[in-house]
Amino acid sequence: MPIPNQIQEKFQQAVFATHDFRGDETIVVKHEALIDLMRFLKNDSEFLFDFLMDLTAVDYLNFGEARPRFEIVYHLYSSSKNKRLRVKVSVEEENSSVPTVTAIWPAADWYEREVWDMFGIRFIGHSNLKRILMYEEFVGHPLRRDYPVNKRQPLIGPKN
Amino acid sequence: MESSLSPTAGFFTSKINEVLGWARKYSIFQYPFVTACCGMEYMSTACSHYDMDRFGAGLPRFSPRQSDVLMVVGTISHKMAPVLKQIYDQMTEPKWVVAFGVCTCTGGFYDNYATVMGIDTIIPVDVYIPGCPPRPENVLDGLMKLQEKIQREKQSL
Repeated sequence: MPIPNQIQEKFQQAVFATHDFRGDETIVVKHEALIDLMRFLKNDSEFLFDFLMDLTAVDYLNFGEARPRFEIVYHLYSSSKNKRLRVKVSVEEENSSVPTVTAIWPAADWYEREVWDMFGIRFIGHSNLKRILMYEEFVGHPLRRDYPVNKRQPLIGPKN
Repeated sequence: MESSLSPTAGFFTSKINEVLGWARKYSIFQYPFVTACCGMEYMSTACSHYDMDRFGAGLPRFSPRQSDVLMVVGTISHKMAPVLKQIYDQMTEPKWVVAFGVCTCTGGFYDNYATVMGIDTIIPVDVYIPGCPPRPENVLDGLMKLQEKIQREKQSL
């Protein structure tokens, strides 16, 4: 049985939707059940997703339909079972914060700092949430859709 | 030394100028400030196939105090710009700057929140070597132009 269906059996309330495209299995989960689900996915003997491959965010500001603005995407890989899974969780614009998964996978540390730097989504429980790619005095979050494309904030040199 | 004193004094000062220029152009100690992909082409120019050592420029010195040509190789971001300025300020006279690759000349194909659009907005540049990355022959041509520039400059003692 494909993984999304297995998870949906165990966590009925948590999983919003699943889809699968040519082997790319994805589950969309609710905010509240995120940490429990992640811990389960890492520790359960049937899944053993011990490798967090990527943690990133998407901004759906100009997407057209009305939906929560951000979506955090986690890519998981199970090295013992050679299985991959994508977990997505929606984040509203006003209350843009998500619990951190650094307790489960320490690799999430820098990924979450990058998402904070580029999108402005806070991770509750993160020990060192500060900018990682831009310099400290930078104002704004550059990868949001409403950051002007040509706006530069040079530290030294001519300003535009 | 004023050349208006006598014709012979002018002859000597210009000869000394020429000799100093000759010495400085054939003993270039570069500081390769490498940040990005152009570093690959820099390395291949410095290695045996397209040798930079035959121009006298083969010894990189990874300290600004000990070098005279700052070769800025690769994209400079706004976060790196104060560091570059500090390195340039720490170099002692006489010093020259080579902008290696289009990212340092004009910003290259980047036009975003993070990239400095040409290092000449921060430090004065002597030779621009365009290319993404520039071919080693291109780099050697730029190096020779820098040598010509060093030769014809008024040398300070």
